[in-house]
Amino acid sequence: MITLNHYLWISGLLFALGIAGIIIRRNLLVIFMALEMNLNAANLALIAFSKFNKLVDGQVLVFFIIAIAAAEVAVGLAIIVALFRRQQTVSVDELNSMRL
Amino acid sequence: MNLLAATTTDLGMNGKHLLCAVWVILFAPLVAAGSIMLFTQRRKGLSAALSIGAILLSFVLSLRLFVALAGFGIHHQQHAVQWLVVGDLVKIEFGTTTDSLAILMLLVVTGVGSAIHIYSLGYMKGDPGFSRFFACLSLFTFSMLGIVLATNFIQIFIFWELVGVSSYLLIGFWFEKPSAADAGKKAFLVNRIGDFGMMLGVLLLWTQTGTFNFAELPAKVAAIPSGTLALIGGLIFCGAIGKSAQFPLHVWLPDAMEGPTPVSALIHAATMVAAGVYMLCRVSFLILPSEMALYIIAWIGGITAVMAATIAIAQNDIKRILAYSTLSQLGYMVMAVGLGGPTQAMFHLTTHAFFKALLFLGAGSVILALHHEQDIWKMGVLWKKTPITFGTFLIGTLALAGVPPFSGFYSKDQILLLAFDHNKSLFVIAVLTAVLTAYYMGREVFVVFFGQPRDHHAYDHAHESPLVMTVPLMFLAVLSVIAGWGDKLPEFIAGTIEHEAHHPALLTTGLICVPLVGFLLAAAIYLKRDPSDAPVKRALGPLWTLVENKYYFDEVYLWIVKYVQGTIAAACELFDRWILQRLGIGGLSFGTDLLGRTVRCLQTGSIPGYAFLFGLGITVIIYYVVVK
Repeated sequence: MITLNHYLWISGLLFALGIAGIIIRRNLLVIFMALEMNLNAANLALIAFSKFNKLVDGQVLVFFIIAIAAAEVAVGLAIIVALFRRQQTVSVDELNSMRL
Repeated sequence: MNLLAATTTDLGMNGKHLLCAVWVILFAPLVAAGSIMLFTQRRKGLSAALSIGAILLSFVLSLRLFVALAGFGIHHQQHAVQWLVVGDLVKIEFGTTTDSLAILMLLVVTGVGSAIHIYSLGYMKGDPGFSRFFACLSLFTFSMLGIVLATNFIQIFIFWELVGVSSYLLIGFWFEKPSAADAGKKAFLVNRIGDFGMMLGVLLLWTQTGTFNFAELPAKVAAIPSGTLALIGGLIFCGAIGKSAQFPLHVWLPDAMEGPTPVSALIHAATMVAAGVYMLCRVSFLILPSEMALYIIAWIGGITAVMAATIAIAQNDIKRILAYSTLSQLGYMVMAVGLGGPTQAMFHLTTHAFFKALLFLGAGSVILALHHEQDIWKMGVLWKKTPITFGTFLIGTLALAGVPPFSGFYSKDQILLLAFDHNKSLFVIAVLTAVLTAYYMGREVFVVFFGQPRDHHAYDHAHESPLVMTVPLMFLAVLSVIAGWGDKLPEFIAGTIEHEAHHPALLTTGLICVPLVGFLLAAAIYLKRDPSDAPVKRALGPLWTLVENKYYFDEVYLWIVKYVQGTIAAACELFDRWILQRLGIGGLSFGTDLLGRTVRCLQTGSIPGYAFLFGLGITVIIYYVVVK
């Protein structure tokens, strides 16, 4: 029997992995991917709650999140491409200045 | 306004005019001082005329007032306008008191003042500050009249300070001399100490009674607890200690002799220093009920009297001897107040004003005759050269020593009898002082006017002073002789303040001999061809050094100021430098700097670092929100 807790554990694990990726990785693209994982962890949690509470609110919200994530990816990738054109790097170790 | 109405009905038709006259008496000298300072600085003759005219006007009007009011037994007649009102709490008037006490003092101030103003015309002749001198004299007269006529403590305090200011201006009149400038400063500062006490006393009195008015206070005094009343009396007496130069604040008066001699005569002998005694008499209703305050006042007066008299026997400056004699006589007056006899104090104040002004003006005449020589050991045989000065000076001396029938005898006698009735040890001190008074005055007269000429050049050029100076001398000499006759003065003031009648017995006869002892002693030592202090020096030994150096008061005060004030200043400096500057200001700036440096380390610019801290922060917040 798969209970709510199992879903939530998976969701938490995904979120923790995402956070760990953001903190540990140096490549801006990989950090961006880890960020997407966080969003999806949240999505999973929402769907789980929705399923067990027999309410569709959570599932509606998930669609919004997916839409926003798509927009965010578009903007974020554009920023990263622009950054790479200017600095010739996407490593956060080298991108430590506010000045371009 | 009720008071005014009552007064006018009392006096009949003339009343209103007379009360206007009081205002003229008060303000005429101020107008003179103002116009001299503003308009007539360059026209010396006009300046002098304005100043002398103003005081003569005040004198004549005072006489008129005296004649008009002598018949009435008037108590505390006030004529006042509201001046300062703060809600129901504080009401201060600016007004005039016309009772016999005030009128007597008016006569003394304007009468002696007139003589001295006229005398100054001769004494200050050719001085570059001639106009300024008369302006200051007039300003002083105005301030003194303000004290005399004041209706309340605030008014008296304002004029009290004004008197201090004019005294400062006149002591330091020759301000280009450092000693004169210093003496002015010293007088002002020493007086401030006393005045501060007086202000505290006045404020304390106000908290107890809610009024400053002399007419309203006597009724409310009874309600004050006796301890507080003694404290108030003592604090107000502090003002008198400063102004009347009593021990331990007497040190400014001898130094004040740096001023021109007419100033010494007017301010530091006849009138200003008497302000303290006058004020004590004016507020005697505060002091008389308190045994404690009376006791302190009497003893301070007694100590001052004998201390100053002993110092006077060893001084060599003709004016300083008189200055210490003034201290001593003021001590008598204060002692009389302390023994419960304000009337006797006022009596002595009046006669003393006459003969001490006379003595100072005489000394000034001698000084001028010898071209500003003040050392008595450079004078001699002046009775031949300056007969009028000698004659009047002798009258003043006899009056001061208390030889009958001169005025000083009557007034001093009353104080001695008072002391005999109330306090035997003070009586002994007072008699001793009287002997010493006759002794040092005898010494001064014998050395200055007899013996042989010591400085031949000065002696050959000595000359009698002009008429403008000798006439005031003669006027004051006459007053010094007759002022005490028939005990008229005490009877006159008795209408205002309490007066105990005395019946002199065998004691009086004994007291007549007191000055004789002093004179004989002085004559034995100094009445010869070549007198000197040597025999007295031998007899007194170290005591002579002690009195010659004025008991080292100045040195002790200097030491106290140097060490106490120096220590306080050093402590303040340490506090300022280490606590305020280093710890306060410095600590604050150092702390801010350190905080800035520390926080700067967090701004690495590394995104994972920020993300980690952000995550940590969120975790902590969630922990507190959810778990706690």
